[in-house]
Amino acid sequence: MGATAETVEQVQEVTGQKYKYGFVTEIDEERPPKGLNEDIIRFISQKKEEPEWMLEWRLKAYRHWLTMKHPSWQKCSIPPIDFQDAYYYAAPKQDKDRPQSLDDVDPKLLETYEKLGIPLQEQEMLAGVAVDAVFDSVSVATTYKAKLEEQGIIFCSMSEAIHNHPDLVKQYLGSVVPYSDNFFATLNSAVFTDGSFVYIPKGVKCPMELSTYFRINAENTGQFERTLIIAEEGSSVSYLEGCTAPQRDENQLHAAVVELVALDNAEIKYSTVQNWFPGDENGVGGIYNFVTKRGACRGDNSKIAWTQVETGSAVTWKYPSCILQGDNSVGEFYSIAITNNYQQADTGTKMIHLGKNTKSRIVSKGISAGHADQTYRGLVRVSPKADGAHNFTQCDSLLIGDTCGAHTVPYIESRNNQARVEHEATTSKISEDQLFYCRQRGISEEDAVALVVNGFCREVLQQLPMEFAVEAQKLVGISLEGSVG
Amino acid sequence: MAMLEIKDLRAEIEGTEILKGLNLSMDPGEVHAIMGPNGSGKSTLAHVLTGRDGYEVTGGDALFQGQSILEMEPEERAAVGLFLAFQYPVEIPGVTMTTFLKEAVNSIRKARGEDELDAMKFTKQLRERCKLLNIPEDMMRRSVNTGFSGGEKKRAEVLQMAALEPKLAVLDETDSGLDIDALKTVADGVNRLRSPERSMLVITHYQRLLNYIVPDHVHVMVKGQIVKSGGKDLAHELEAEGYAQFGEEKAA
Repeated sequence: MGATAETVEQVQEVTGQKYKYGFVTEIDEERPPKGLNEDIIRFISQKKEEPEWMLEWRLKAYRHWLTMKHPSWQKCSIPPIDFQDAYYYAAPKQDKDRPQSLDDVDPKLLETYEKLGIPLQEQEMLAGVAVDAVFDSVSVATTYKAKLEEQGIIFCSMSEAIHNHPDLVKQYLGSVVPYSDNFFATLNSAVFTDGSFVYIPKGVKCPMELSTYFRINAENTGQFERTLIIAEEGSSVSYLEGCTAPQRDENQLHAAVVELVALDNAEIKYSTVQNWFPGDENGVGGIYNFVTKRGACRGDNSKIAWTQVETGSAVTWKYPSCILQGDNSVGEFYSIAITNNYQQADTGTKMIHLGKNTKSRIVSKGISAGHADQTYRGLVRVSPKADGAHNFTQCDSLLIGDTCGAHTVPYIESRNNQARVEHEATTSKISEDQLFYCRQRGISEEDAVALVVNGFCREVLQQLPMEFAVEAQKLVGISLEGSVG
Repeated sequence: MAMLEIKDLRAEIEGTEILKGLNLSMDPGEVHAIMGPNGSGKSTLAHVLTGRDGYEVTGGDALFQGQSILEMEPEERAAVGLFLAFQYPVEIPGVTMTTFLKEAVNSIRKARGEDELDAMKFTKQLRERCKLLNIPEDMMRRSVNTGFSGGEKKRAEVLQMAALEPKLAVLDETDSGLDIDALKTVADGVNRLRSPERSMLVITHYQRLLNYIVPDHVHVMVKGQIVKSGGKDLAHELEAEGYAQFGEEKAA
């Protein structure tokens, strides 16, 4: 059975379970009714015991959102979303509602974890097994947290940050992606549930990769995640979002916002592996992943690098971007987007050159199979003052079969005649010759596809942190299972 | 038991019959050459034996160590020990020779129910094979056939043969596109891999390759059939006389 079919079954079974135990019961008073209005937003804010300024910010966003229209310029077809027909707050799941051990988890899900080589402890976490208190107190997560605190690094949930570090949140939240930025970011500002908060003090090099996995209370952050990372002068941090294991959620719309701020000589590396439920092989179901990710290189010599491996979701619509404000600042975007069956992706980046001698580099690898359609959309803008700006863009598309599509839409706006902007694009197909060559050497057809695609993506995979790269490579193979033959 | 026995093999492409009742038998350790003019079906034979799509077998059989292989997938044929050195080796950008060969070797080991080699063991083995064939190790860090010269591509094919240790290797026009020095180097590699357990089927248009890879038997193939078989001298005879005696134009 192909991995896609497997995922479908997993999702059906798991979501089925959730409905059975969780949401159809009338006694659940932790949950407000469907729909979106100011009362719901007040309810969310109150449940989270937020200060008044946070509520005001949410309401301001909500009122602005009411004046906005759902954008329509994207190259994805999305049925109209009824925003009143959704829940915006669900209380964190109780331990008794969760599987008590891996024995209670769908064996097919475990099989996929096995294929990806995910360690047992991590499997429990991903499957949402209720972790007992004794185990938790000695967990890796706790140990890591202590180590980070020693260096003054703050790594906590956004809710905790609002309570414990209100000044930092007030100063930076919405400073890169304003509450009024775009339809989905504005919606997120009004109703966001939780997310990560990271603060790296001056001169500190974060000693380990930060990942939501190591953040306590990381689960159930919900469909409107909000993340903020601040790197003070001379500091550096590498952050990992998501995981390679298939993730499912009963919420169809995911509209996260991620803001990064890098001050003088600071460096932020943000890596994402997105493997949300893509819908079944007929294009039924699947997550809408509409995310606003933006980093501000506010200081001189600062650097922000986005790396993304997008294999999941029915529709992926996002443009992780860099605002290169400081002189000599550097923005990088490395992307792999894989669409199979009826998945759609319209993704790319924006590099806004404001400071002098700013540099940006874009490497985008798109792979399309089945009936999938994807678009690279990228903007490189050079302002009049950005003397010596330099951008290099490379967009490569790989097609598998003849019913899929790939499109490249580069926008270049240079208002400085000293700037150098280079763009290269290629489109290729996996050839019968390549597949036969591999198979003659004993490699099965599916492994051959994975091998060729991994080769195609190599430049981007190399940007990922080591242990992530190995998993991502396997994921590339699994995502394309069933795409040939 | 014969290594390979082809019995009255018939195959067509898109309704055109190319192999028209071909017979051939090879014992372990033997090197056979198949010579023939362009369009006689030599490469078709190589592709039908290794299971490439697009050919339809309409009659006869091909037995590998007594077992019919015609219904097997290409990778299954590779696993039982059948190897094809391609006339036009294919580029796979971004995949290093090491990664490719490790995947190939371990796929075959897995299919045979053997343990996969870990990275250390595999690298050691590959290094030895490179040394045996005088191939610089750098080549293993380059992407498969990508940016390789004609000579490098053919040498890489021989290296792959050394890494996969097949029982039967089909060499399809290994001499095409090589100058005489490159040809000698490649032939030298092939000769090092000759062994009493390994058979080779050398397909060529020209006799010159057979000066360096000396065959035990030579067959002449014309219009999809073996029309004459003999010892190594038959190759020289053909060089002098051409294929005209078999109703074909003289070999160019």
